[in-house]
Amino acid sequence: MTEQLPTTPSQTVGPYLHIGLDWDRYGRFVVPEGTAGSFRIHGEVFDGAGQRIPDALIETWQADPDGRFDHPDDPRGRVPGFRGFGRSDTRLGEYSLHTVHPGVVPGPRGAQAPHLDVSVFARGMLHRVVTRLYFPENEAANAADPVLSSVPVHRRSTLIATAEPGGYRFDVHLQGDGETVFFDV
Amino acid sequence: MSDHPNTGNGPAVAGYRPDPPETHPPLDFPGYKSTALRHPKQPLLLLPQTLTEITGPVLGGDLVRPDDHDLTFRHRDDPIGQKIIVFGRLLDSDGRPIPDSLIEIWQANAAGRYRHIGDRWDAPLDPNFDGVGRTITDKQGRYEFVTIQPGAYPWGNHHNAWRPAHIHFSVFGRAFPQRLVTQMYFPGDPLFFQDPIFNSVPEAARPRLISRFSLERTKPNWALAYEFDIVLRGRDATPFEEPHHD
Repeated sequence: MTEQLPTTPSQTVGPYLHIGLDWDRYGRFVVPEGTAGSFRIHGEVFDGAGQRIPDALIETWQADPDGRFDHPDDPRGRVPGFRGFGRSDTRLGEYSLHTVHPGVVPGPRGAQAPHLDVSVFARGMLHRVVTRLYFPENEAANAADPVLSSVPVHRRSTLIATAEPGGYRFDVHLQGDGETVFFDV
Repeated sequence: MSDHPNTGNGPAVAGYRPDPPETHPPLDFPGYKSTALRHPKQPLLLLPQTLTEITGPVLGGDLVRPDDHDLTFRHRDDPIGQKIIVFGRLLDSDGRPIPDSLIEIWQANAAGRYRHIGDRWDAPLDPNFDGVGRTITDKQGRYEFVTIQPGAYPWGNHHNAWRPAHIHFSVFGRAFPQRLVTQMYFPGDPLFFQDPIFNSVPEAARPRLISRFSLERTKPNWALAYEFDIVLRGRDATPFEEPHHD
């Protein structure tokens, strides 16, 4: 095995992340406004005292409605024009993203239910944490999903968004009652 | 590879190696008080890398304008402070350059103040400095910013607490597991010893956060220069196989 370069450590985004990571409205639109079938995902990020965090940042990454990615490493070929990435801070109390349903994504342990990968950054977090968002209406697919199935039953609900008019709600609890399941990726 | 996405059999994909232990700070670090209520208490669950993880956003285009890498350029007058060139390469741990990756930076001004509504530090704002820059790595993974030396500033973490001068870096790499936000520091800073954010990093890894003064890249009568390479996780040598289901 050849010698490997040591990787660079993570550091907190600090309280002023909005200076560098603010894309204004652009970041919130995974798909352009008015895209057929698009909806809103929003939610709050809570600390261990149950307080809403106003200096957090949410990033999402997802497949297109056919389960494909606009990325050179997708062996099925790129899907040009589907950015798949969303970013929103919580300055206004909650984050908000505008997207479409991702399709089924293949995985080494079987088909994966539609999902978003989610990164959470904030002051007071020395490293991002990673979670996944699943959709409540996909009951059969969620039950068969290899990642969701690996989560203890009583904690699975923390990974499933709540349907509401116009979209979904997905809150993140960094700690405490109902702590969100976070993954080591 | 030819399996239909909905059959449940995934294509063979090479994932990204875990970072070695003693690379990153812990999420719970009592010296940095704000971690207390903001670290998960349950253990992280292992997320097997699938297509969602071995891919990641390919960003650029209309997000970055040609002069966004020069933080000294966009106002009528020069900002206050010592001009510096910050440059380096974005690599993976196998030494491969990572091209076409968005790098975002943000920082305080020369007096140690951020242009942010939340920053109440009693130091002057600079009308000619916003403190934000963006660029895309080139084919060899190289990047360069022109900015000014940021100042140190006090904060409320502990008695007489000061942040060493630093620049925040945000990089994407090629895939979701490579996403990294870090901070670049300057060599010989006398404030390192008392800073819990810098010292949250395991001791052997701290030098990787410190830039290197580069005489060869200084510009006479104009700017000092600092080199800062960023290394992200490398790929597994071989694609993982489809495991058998019980």
